[in-house]
Amino acid sequence: MELITGAEILVRCLKEEGVECMFGYPGGAVLHIYDALYAQDDIKHVLVRHEQAALHAADGYARASGKTGVALVTSGPGLTNAVTGIANAYMDSIPLVVFSGQVPTALIGNDAFQEVDAVGITRPCVKHNFLVRDIKQLAETVKKAFYIASTGRPGPVLIDLPKDVTITKAEYHYPKKVKLRSYNPTVKGHAGQIRKAVDLILSAKRPMLYTGGGVILSDGSPELVELTQLLGYPITNTLMGLGAYPATDHQFIGMLGMHGTYEANMAMHECDVLIAIGARFDDRVTGKIDKFCPTAKIVHVDIDPSSISKNVQVDIPIVGSVPSVLRAMISVIRDEKLKPDAEALASWWRQIDEWRDVKSLHYKNSDTVIKPQYVIQKLYQVTEGKAIITSDVGQHQMWAAQYYHFDRPRQWINSGGLGTMGFGLPAAMGAKLAFPDQDVACVTGDGSIQMMLQELSTMKQYHTPVKIVNLNNGYLGMVRQWQEFFYQKRYSMTYLEALPNFVMLAEAYGHVGMRIEKPGDVEGALREAFAMKDRTVFLDFITDQSENVFPMIPSGGGQNEMLLAERDEMVSTHDEGMVLL
Amino acid sequence: MNNNNRHLISILMENEAGALSRVANLFSARGYNIESLTVAPTDDPTLSRLTLVTNGNEQIIEQIVKQLNKLIDVVKLVDLSETDAIERELMLIKTKAVGEQRAEMKRLAEIFDGHILDVTDATYTIELTGRSEKLDNFLNAVEKDAVLEVVRSGTTGIARGQKSLHA
Repeated sequence: MELITGAEILVRCLKEEGVECMFGYPGGAVLHIYDALYAQDDIKHVLVRHEQAALHAADGYARASGKTGVALVTSGPGLTNAVTGIANAYMDSIPLVVFSGQVPTALIGNDAFQEVDAVGITRPCVKHNFLVRDIKQLAETVKKAFYIASTGRPGPVLIDLPKDVTITKAEYHYPKKVKLRSYNPTVKGHAGQIRKAVDLILSAKRPMLYTGGGVILSDGSPELVELTQLLGYPITNTLMGLGAYPATDHQFIGMLGMHGTYEANMAMHECDVLIAIGARFDDRVTGKIDKFCPTAKIVHVDIDPSSISKNVQVDIPIVGSVPSVLRAMISVIRDEKLKPDAEALASWWRQIDEWRDVKSLHYKNSDTVIKPQYVIQKLYQVTEGKAIITSDVGQHQMWAAQYYHFDRPRQWINSGGLGTMGFGLPAAMGAKLAFPDQDVACVTGDGSIQMMLQELSTMKQYHTPVKIVNLNNGYLGMVRQWQEFFYQKRYSMTYLEALPNFVMLAEAYGHVGMRIEKPGDVEGALREAFAMKDRTVFLDFITDQSENVFPMIPSGGGQNEMLLAERDEMVSTHDEGMVLL
Repeated sequence: MNNNNRHLISILMENEAGALSRVANLFSARGYNIESLTVAPTDDPTLSRLTLVTNGNEQIIEQIVKQLNKLIDVVKLVDLSETDAIERELMLIKTKAVGEQRAEMKRLAEIFDGHILDVTDATYTIELTGRSEKLDNFLNAVEKDAVLEVVRSGTTGIARGQKSLHA
């Protein structure tokens, strides 16, 4: 019987789980674990410069690859720094297993050096957490953590490890399987509900598919594409769901919600049957709840029962995993040779095409000042629509979502639920580590990038050449936009007066920096940057300071109450007020 | 639809450290009410039984039940308000008992099936069990000034009939 330390047990467990890459930052409480990591080279450990970045990088890695992300931080400040990243993963249901060091069990509760109540602090923002007090429970707890994180509706799981547990010796035994009597997510949808849903879906005159991040998390994109094309119905994706259905396909009518397309929001408002799949009726999607899809019967497929009828009451709920439920729907339709109402559908498409003709994403380009939308369009062209795009949070995020057309799942990586500025750069690093051969670009802004700038150093050390597309307008643009619209242009604390020289900064970290000021130089700069396959390039685009994100549903508005960009020639195609700004 | 009804929810949970905080946290984080909450291990020491009283309309109660079920440590739960259930609460009450009050208080305790557990020359300590309303009624019946201290356990309950909640 071989006795090994808790730290060694942990490392073996990680290998057994197939972990190839993890992110972390050492400290007193995790020294034994770092010593065990030093003794092996199967698992690559990436040393970040701030614990929040470890979480975001593990998160980006998980979103890009579909694997469970792993992070390791020390006790006290290590853990508190990680909390934002944990909450971010929780809001977007990203599978992560996070290990935090803890003071020795004998000192817990004594206000020891670098002690915080890690399980207490993280409880509201994890799917589950554990404090391992007994070495005999370590391996089993790790197994449970990976199982819980990656099944059902995924999410982050934290394991808090007191230092003495990591040095105590025990026999290593990793359970092959884990079964929890209290946790048993439903995968297969109820056949009767599926049947009812299919009948309703096929009876629709004005159907609409509305799908979210759940499709991507469950790898349900192939089934979604098959069902959508079988039905011939229009489809919209949420911010989290972009890429689950190819954006370049005719049936895709754009993102919906606050900054979604006019056609997507109008179709939502007018539809008679709404098929919601792996989406959670977030307030950024629904607008004012009482005005949401007023005429629709709603089918909702979700693996999390608590997502169903939380914000909006639905007519046919189906609890189950997206691919499984959609496969069942497809076979009912195929086996019984059921067909949608072709005539009604044709007239619905004519209506949608009229809304499309409004061209709500049109913007006035300029020869003198760089328009941020133009940068994204060029990024799309230069990368041939194939790059993995991460983003930070703000106007640039919306422009990336609107103008980069994502054709495949896991290509678009952004902080949707929590809206965490600083997410983009470490997430890009994580995505690049998952896919070293793919182009990865981080679309960011002068505000967001400065929240995680230190990671340029990590990116140098681990050689993760990503392209940073900084839409630099000298403002916290999204906040500025709201102040312009709703606070009579009182720009309170949104102008970043003392921006650094990003070119020199990038160079100081050992990367390439480029500053682009003229619209005519945008494409050339992007081409040059992407040609440098093995370098991280910081492209600082000096963009129009006053540009706003359109279209927009102001808070409290209904889906049919969109503001569109200033345009004289714009004609309302719908009698219920389209408000011109 | 918007009636705020009282619900008695009984939960079987893993008897793990922090299980109670998970439930309490959930209620405060999502803005649900807790009127009372009781918790203790069951005959199976790996399980705890937690009973809570909350209120809300149908939609809120549905969310509460779903959110509770989503907690990894929750094995099973039942909304006892939806079935025929026995509810009990325990109250310990210390009252003044001087002069005429002594006989009066003793009679009142007897009427409510209470027991006097402790006697001093100036006080009684009375034990009462029953539905919460019964305990309220007792308190209403006792002269306000006579009450020195009240301790209530919160409501717990069990379904009538052959149905039972187990892992």
